[in-house]
Amino acid sequence: MSDKAVGTTGGPVPEARKHFWLIDFFIRLVREKPMGTFGGVIVLMLLFVGIFADFLAPFGYNYINLKAILVPPSAGYILGTDNIGRDLLSRIIYGARISMFVGLGAATLDVLVATLIGLISGYFGGKVDLILQRFVDAVIVFPALFFYLAVMAIVGPGLLQVIFCIGILTGIGSSRLIRSAVMGAKQNVYVDAAKSIGASNARILIRHILPNVFAPVIIIFTIAMGAAIIAEASLSFLGFGIPPPIPSWGGMLSGPSRKYMVDAPWMAIWPGLALSLVVYGINMFGDALRDLLDPRLRGGVGGMGAYGSEKASKALAKRTEKSLRASVQKNE
Amino acid sequence: MRGYLVRRFVLLIPTLFIVTIMVFLVVRFVPGDIVDMMVAEMSDLGEAATEDEIDIEWVRHKLGLDVPVHVQYGRWIGRIILHGDLGNSLWTQRPVIDDLRARIPVTFELSLMALIISVLIAIPVGVYSAIRQDTLGDYVGRTFAIAGLSIPNFWLGTMIVVLPAIYWGWSPPIEYIPLVDDVSGNLGQFIIPAIIMGTGTSAGLMRMTRTMMLEVLRNDYIRTAWAKGLTERVVVLRHALKNASLPLITMLGARIPGLLGGAIIMEQIFCLPGMGRLMIAAINNRDYPIISSVNLIMAAIVMFCILLTDISYAYVDPRIRYR
Repeated sequence: MSDKAVGTTGGPVPEARKHFWLIDFFIRLVREKPMGTFGGVIVLMLLFVGIFADFLAPFGYNYINLKAILVPPSAGYILGTDNIGRDLLSRIIYGARISMFVGLGAATLDVLVATLIGLISGYFGGKVDLILQRFVDAVIVFPALFFYLAVMAIVGPGLLQVIFCIGILTGIGSSRLIRSAVMGAKQNVYVDAAKSIGASNARILIRHILPNVFAPVIIIFTIAMGAAIIAEASLSFLGFGIPPPIPSWGGMLSGPSRKYMVDAPWMAIWPGLALSLVVYGINMFGDALRDLLDPRLRGGVGGMGAYGSEKASKALAKRTEKSLRASVQKNE
Repeated sequence: MRGYLVRRFVLLIPTLFIVTIMVFLVVRFVPGDIVDMMVAEMSDLGEAATEDEIDIEWVRHKLGLDVPVHVQYGRWIGRIILHGDLGNSLWTQRPVIDDLRARIPVTFELSLMALIISVLIAIPVGVYSAIRQDTLGDYVGRTFAIAGLSIPNFWLGTMIVVLPAIYWGWSPPIEYIPLVDDVSGNLGQFIIPAIIMGTGTSAGLMRMTRTMMLEVLRNDYIRTAWAKGLTERVVVLRHALKNASLPLITMLGARIPGLLGGAIIMEQIFCLPGMGRLMIAAINNRDYPIISSVNLIMAAIVMFCILLTDISYAYVDPRIRYR
């Protein structure tokens, strides 16, 4: 692209990369996307708390103190205790670990499944695509929560079951994004060139197509992570996700916390706040990533200044016109 | 237009076929130990309504697991197509279709209200956000949208049940009021869960509206409209919004599965006897015919809505119609 002439912030662009690309990326993130950076910090906090839960939590997640039942937030129990005397702060901290596992695990599976189906369907096209897409269509017409519940009814509750159920089912849906990206990448001349020198399909797919669908993969990952955390919380809330006493934020909002919520509202407030904050962080960070990685797939003009959104909407207008034309052609 | 519709219908058939197979497999995949468990539970509770002795063979027969797979599928699908018979509940022996008939309107009403509310919020806020880009109103709208995307419905629902109960001693009605009995009572019961679902859904829709409006507002014909001296109302609503709304129709259709899924949670929190509560009760009872039927109906409803979306898209956008 002709990004060389004007920098995204409007100033002149340095001629060559001075740093490793990841550092460059972080510099751009902090400079251009303050809200995205804030989201990124929340995500990092989730990872930190999740990994070091054992050291951070003052009590075990299932340590029961029958002398301290339904204690309001106080010096000894910063966030209060629940109906059987467990420290809520500790349970929230261990809950972060569960959300981290679910978010990362399900998002990874989602991306793997989506990439596999998307690559095959998009690259080979024709009959393969037609048949595969009917399966994808069949999966996405099920309202997600109903489908999760039906699958969970068969495989039973548990952390791994939840991760696999959410990861695979959402992955089938997100494969459509990868598929369209692959179909775009396939048009490039270098793919024809690779074919003409006799490269195998596997080599073309891995060496030439896959690196070009990297942006949608990252975007799917961030979207899937937030969605998976909410989905797990919903399932646990309904009682079909992660079984007690393991502290899932969604599970902490169900059962006893609903029973005692009038007397002990803190039982219902903290897990929900934690959940909202983390999903908010992931959404903001994901939005910023989307803007930085691939302007075509942006859902809304994120937290940019006037110049950025002006520039972005111009680029977007051009892109969407093109893709609208393409989709009209596809729909005929 | 007719050719387009025919193609849409033809593509629907294989998808519907795969959907029925998947739903069918839900029952088929019931592991053997679950059959044992069901037998144990049923004889414990003595709930089976027939005089037959409850044993493994009886349950397997009830689930239709005692014949080869393809025969099972044929029988099952045949009964659905020919008689509209989705099987009987394992516990009450009542036809599943009777339960569904009572439950579908509740979920439908809730989702429809939520959809209407989400559009009523998303379009005005999105349009305002776009025409007053980077003003205070724009920022407030966008913050609201991100918050709406992040706050889980079930937490918002719980808080709305809890907080008024603490401060004002008010709580939502537990008893379901049918629409035919008491229109205002029914709507009053549905409006709060519908607003919660609607605001959550409106967030994504609002962002989309804003993006599309921003894009359209920079087109040449909008400048022409301004140059002609048209009022802002006419330029924004008649020239810009009309064109920006095309992708919104698609997006609205894509929201329907999420809305129906979200209804499970709202039904649970606000005690509405819809499909979601039926599903949860069925899972707790391991009532597999109900589980599969609910999923089949839900998938069918979504497919119908997607078809409707495509048709309305073709209707609104002449570029598709005349091909």
